[in-house]
Amino acid sequence: MLRENRVVIAHIYTATAALVVGALFGAAQGMSRASAFTAPSWFDYYRILTMHGVLMALVFTTFFICGLSLFVTYRAIPRERRVTLAWIGFWVMLAGVLMAAIEILAGNATVLYTFYAPLKASPWFYIGATIFIIGTWIIAADIFANVLWFRKNNPGVPLPLPAFTAAATFLMWWIATLGVVGEMYFLIPWAFGWTHGINVMLTRLLFWYFGHPLVYFWIMGAYICWYNIVPKFYQGNLFSDGLTRLTFIMLLLLSTPVGIHHEFMEPGISSGWKMLFTVTTYGVAIPSFITAFAIFASFELAARRQGRRGFWQTVTALPWDNPAFCGPAYGMLLFILGGFGGLVNASYAMDTVVHNTIWIVGHFHVTVGGPVALTFIGIAYWMIPKLTGRALFSPPFALLQTRLWFLGMLVMSFSMHFAGLLGAPRRTAELSYLGSAPNEWLGYMLVAAAGGLILLTSIVMFAIVAIGTVVSNKKTEDMHVEFAQPLEGAEPAPPIFQSLFRWGVVALAAAAIVYAGPLLDMLHHPAFLAPGMRTW
Amino acid sequence: MHIHKYERWWMTFGIAMLIVFLVTLAVAAFSENIDPPSGMQAIDPTKVAQTPPFDHPGLRRLADGTYEAYYVAEVFAFEPPTLTVPAGKKITFYVTSPDVVHGFFIPKTDINMMAVPGWVNAQSHTFTQPGTYLLICHEYCGIGHQNMFAKIVVR
Repeated sequence: MLRENRVVIAHIYTATAALVVGALFGAAQGMSRASAFTAPSWFDYYRILTMHGVLMALVFTTFFICGLSLFVTYRAIPRERRVTLAWIGFWVMLAGVLMAAIEILAGNATVLYTFYAPLKASPWFYIGATIFIIGTWIIAADIFANVLWFRKNNPGVPLPLPAFTAAATFLMWWIATLGVVGEMYFLIPWAFGWTHGINVMLTRLLFWYFGHPLVYFWIMGAYICWYNIVPKFYQGNLFSDGLTRLTFIMLLLLSTPVGIHHEFMEPGISSGWKMLFTVTTYGVAIPSFITAFAIFASFELAARRQGRRGFWQTVTALPWDNPAFCGPAYGMLLFILGGFGGLVNASYAMDTVVHNTIWIVGHFHVTVGGPVALTFIGIAYWMIPKLTGRALFSPPFALLQTRLWFLGMLVMSFSMHFAGLLGAPRRTAELSYLGSAPNEWLGYMLVAAAGGLILLTSIVMFAIVAIGTVVSNKKTEDMHVEFAQPLEGAEPAPPIFQSLFRWGVVALAAAAIVYAGPLLDMLHHPAFLAPGMRTW
Repeated sequence: MHIHKYERWWMTFGIAMLIVFLVTLAVAAFSENIDPPSGMQAIDPTKVAQTPPFDHPGLRRLADGTYEAYYVAEVFAFEPPTLTVPAGKKITFYVTSPDVVHGFFIPKTDINMMAVPGWVNAQSHTFTQPGTYLLICHEYCGIGHQNMFAKIVVR
């Protein structure tokens, strides 16, 4: 158990470090963009923005989800095991991150986290990113190996739900990352100068084949917590074992064939394919509908067991004084906003109103920065004592931290959404356009920067709790973990919802079929190659 | 597998809403041609300056009374930097890039598209209000990205 815990701790604390440093960069950007302070001459907005995006979207989320998935798999399938594979995965991921980070900080890869060609970064940035992805595949292999061991030694027994959800998440991840590794196959030789041009639209297609399922990888990480862990905080149950498995199977199937909704405003993809991807993107909302119902039903059933009835009695029955609960719960509230915004973005021509405006930035902060980050922060408050045997440092301080994060994210993302509707663009160092820009943009940016400062305060508090827990060294004996169980007397999931790898094959086929049309179109069209350049 | 009655209602409601949204978008697309910009014309990005009509970017009037505006988006400026166009006339904007990916965005209008090297993108808009409009690059393109803008004067 100790060996298992150590490798999980390594992932969780790496994720924490990325989150804290990434938030510092984010707050600096927010203030600089709102012209709240005069940036010193060495301050390179786009380099800091690249670092912020990479640290938050890739390093924090991926390391946390790897640690979380290993944790729930190990605890749901208890046995004597070696954790060599997980350690190899961890070090490979870290090596890739460091290689890419050195190139970004050196100014050789100021290409933002989407690294759109023909912006031409140092080849070592692309190689670092590829090594990082390969590291995650090694973690996936460890999770799959545990699933196969369980199947072999427990014939006829359903795979424990936590391991099922973790394995489904990494199957989806494996299918999605094929896209970005495929993109690297073109980018790396080109960055070395071995090839003389790049098919820009092909690289964008491959990037977004990966880029949107990346979002669902984060969401599935949060759902692993919401279904398996969070109900225990309010003495609740899993609403339905079968529906939970169905939700993860649907996410496995539907997360990948959606990426072109990021490319609605681009040439070279005909409007028919864009309409198809509107439909597929709407489809992936369905497992989230199921999840919303399951969570509220689970809240209500737990409250009823305490003899409470009605909306307010149910709400007040929940443990609002527990930071581990408040993180995910505030995150769920933010996800309601994020879900509605997401449907707007995916809506074909309606995307014209918001594409590449700061509305989009507001949207993904209220999703990855809301439900995902808040869930991971809350779960870290529960998990770190279970892993280290040390009691959480100042739970009231942690509780205040989750509240501040919720407030800061509301303030920041609301003003970003409004400014976006007024046409303020994203990804610019300044918004004045030499005085030609409408004044209202800057006003909203100042409010957003204030939200950013609240978030910065909150993240510093999170760092204090995370470090304080280790330093204060107050022992706790409570390292036992129980996962949420279905209600007594509930029937087990039908066999079709228990197989996993077969659904993986179906998911790969679904992605291939939906992408075949636009991809073949692109390969048949005589595309000119772009030589690429370094514009920073 | 047993599915609770309320859950069936909720799922039916959710999926019905998605269908309503999709039908709305489809009706707008097929009856009123409200589509995203999807220019399908290729162009050699290394020869933009020699390829008509991008060798002389600017406004053209067509025989049917509509207009075409040709733009080159390059680091870190638009060509032409200022364009005067008539109010109340349909104008189709065409844009390409000789270097990296740029954005082509006129806030509070229907014009929002990507300028991708190797492709010509196109989108139409009718300006109803005279005035000066800001045309900005809204995709990160390098160190001078925040200063990449142009003006459109509607008379």
